[in-house]
Amino acid sequence: MPWTRRHLITLEELSLAEIDQIHATAAAFKKILNRSVKKVPALRGKTIVNLFLEPSTRTRMAFDMAAKRLSADVISFDAASSSTTKGETLRDTAENIQALNADMIVIRHAASGSPRYLSNLLDIPVINAGDGAHEHPTQGLLDTFTMKEHLGSLKGRKIVILGDILFSRVARSNIHALTKMGANVTLVGPSTLVPHWFTDLGVEVSHDLKSALADAEVVMLLRIQHERQSSGHFPSLGEYTSMFGLNKTRASWLNPKAIIMHPGPINRGVEIDSDLADGERSVILEQVTNGIAVRMAVLYLCSGGQPENVITSD
Amino acid sequence: MPALWITNARVIDPASKRNAVGDLFVDNGRIVSSLSAAAKKRAKKIDANGLVACPGLVDIHVHFREPGQTHKETIETGSRAAAAGGFTTVVCMPNTSPVADSAGTIQLIKDSIARTACIKVFPTGCITVGMKGQALAPIGSLKRAGVVAITDDGDCVQSNELMRRAVEYATMFDLPIMDHCQDHSMTAGAVMNEGIMSTRLGLRGWPNAAEDVIVSRNVILSTYTGAHIHMQHISSRNAVEILRRAKSRGVRVTAEATPHHIALTDSALATYDTHFKMNPPLRTEEDRLAIIEGLRDGTLDCLATDHAPHTDYEKDKEFDYAPNGILGLETALAVSIEILVRQQKFKLPHVIDLFTRKAAEIVKLPAGTLAEGTAADICLFDPDEKWTYDAKRGFSKSSNSPWHGQTLRGRVKTTICDGRIVFDNGRITAR
Repeated sequence: MPWTRRHLITLEELSLAEIDQIHATAAAFKKILNRSVKKVPALRGKTIVNLFLEPSTRTRMAFDMAAKRLSADVISFDAASSSTTKGETLRDTAENIQALNADMIVIRHAASGSPRYLSNLLDIPVINAGDGAHEHPTQGLLDTFTMKEHLGSLKGRKIVILGDILFSRVARSNIHALTKMGANVTLVGPSTLVPHWFTDLGVEVSHDLKSALADAEVVMLLRIQHERQSSGHFPSLGEYTSMFGLNKTRASWLNPKAIIMHPGPINRGVEIDSDLADGERSVILEQVTNGIAVRMAVLYLCSGGQPENVITSD
Repeated sequence: MPALWITNARVIDPASKRNAVGDLFVDNGRIVSSLSAAAKKRAKKIDANGLVACPGLVDIHVHFREPGQTHKETIETGSRAAAAGGFTTVVCMPNTSPVADSAGTIQLIKDSIARTACIKVFPTGCITVGMKGQALAPIGSLKRAGVVAITDDGDCVQSNELMRRAVEYATMFDLPIMDHCQDHSMTAGAVMNEGIMSTRLGLRGWPNAAEDVIVSRNVILSTYTGAHIHMQHISSRNAVEILRRAKSRGVRVTAEATPHHIALTDSALATYDTHFKMNPPLRTEEDRLAIIEGLRDGTLDCLATDHAPHTDYEKDKEFDYAPNGILGLETALAVSIEILVRQQKFKLPHVIDLFTRKAAEIVKLPAGTLAEGTAADICLFDPDEKWTYDAKRGFSKSSNSPWHGQTLRGRVKTTICDGRIVFDNGRITAR
């Protein structure tokens, strides 16, 4: 099946076959990352604009790195220096970027739905690098890619996502990918941050950490933001940690082979004990490395490349 | 102004319990029972065969944006949109720039109405100074200046104490208080209904409980003070139930529903289309059906559009940043007939009642009937004619309608206000 999609906006709309194609393409690109010359000419002559209207370090660096590994030219554009601070609309900003003959836009935006809005306006591909609390599709793809590397098929596997699910785009993208891949997903956290509405997405919702972690093969932690404390979603970071923080005792409830994941940035000592974050079950840094391969795959496919044509030689 | 002789109309006037095919006569701007033979000869004859003739529709909730936001709408363009929708009487909200919290601003609005409106437009005034919810506006002066109700529409008064004093004070002037029921502490940053759809879309949710809390508060304050409190655009199924119980105890509360809340749900937001963004937001199918039942059993008293124009460039934004509100006047009748009559099996006179007598009663407006001797405000419409609504070619200055481009059934043919034909066959015929 050829790849036909030009935009990557959500994982909700991708088919399982498309997710598999991205993963297969990412696996091919990953081989390049370990070589001394880490570059292929796939996107030579193309210009990719990173339109980051919300602060980001990890995702932006990974997209930057991925584009450069594909030999694309990259222009990065962030909120503080952009004309959006002068009141220019997103439509005008994006149309200007297109008029500069950019070949692709990678957008990070605090407002959910903005990448969809851009993709309806522009002729060039739009890649969602995180929109509000909606989706972060490349993160969901790299997380599931990492899980597959460790577990093989995810069908029937018990996967727990723990933390602030309500405000998390990472959780939503993972939920959509994992349910398509046949995993059994359980969301855990305080009832204020894991509302029952999520069951409509085909996952379990739990507020009991012990039963949720029991025999899970993956636990993915999400960053707890202290702003949620002032908005009344939980009493204090201390109480959160005492109820839901992952420590050694709680990690022992997991399947013995379970991996621990986190999309970063980590709050050491809040959602996860420091030694677990650095421990042998942690795959947190593998996620970062895989993030480059997955984003190379996405940039490559959405600019018209086909999975079977990946040229991994320089 | 010539006398009018409207022939063979299906005359529906719930206020005078009329529902029969017949003629309607207008002389000197008033409804009369007949014309003399000589007057008939001189009268302008309108063949209304196949059409319904009902009282000019009444909308107690519109935003005409004047003064200060005339890039969106003016009293002139808004009144034209109203006439095209069959409305002859509307009540406009005070959230203008400046807000209508002083007699001077009301006078300015009235001057513009006198100069530019093609139908009857009545102003409302604010409950609080600057619509800030902190100090009472000069409600007595506003009444003297001509407001028909007071409201901080869109900025619901949060202080229970201030609201209690406001309703108590307003009863002295027999002024109804209209309240947009929203507990702000529960809706910070919210842009759509809280539920499965907001969870999927990652948008901040506005729980219907935030409406229920204020509806309950208002029921309690009305019970305590005896004041008439009118709840605007009810969107929550629980709020309908709260009102039902209050009314069964005889509490002096009334409520309205909008055509969009009976026609649409939050599932329409799947593509983040800002033409479905309004406040209160579209809610679930359960809420939608509960509102329809509220209209059916009289818990909800009337329909009102919350006609809220915004320009294309204001609406064309990220969902979070686009303003709330949609147009309503030109589509209200067709949409309501579709939902209530065709789908929900209301009788047509019932729907007309919700748009005429019942709406006028809430604000005690001299409108909403075809009784002999009353002002000749008449709407002639074909309940079955199909037409395609092009919001860009409508009469409003803005075009932010979720029904743009859709084929609707039920079309207003002629609107008569005080015996003058103001809209006829797709054209505004008055100034």
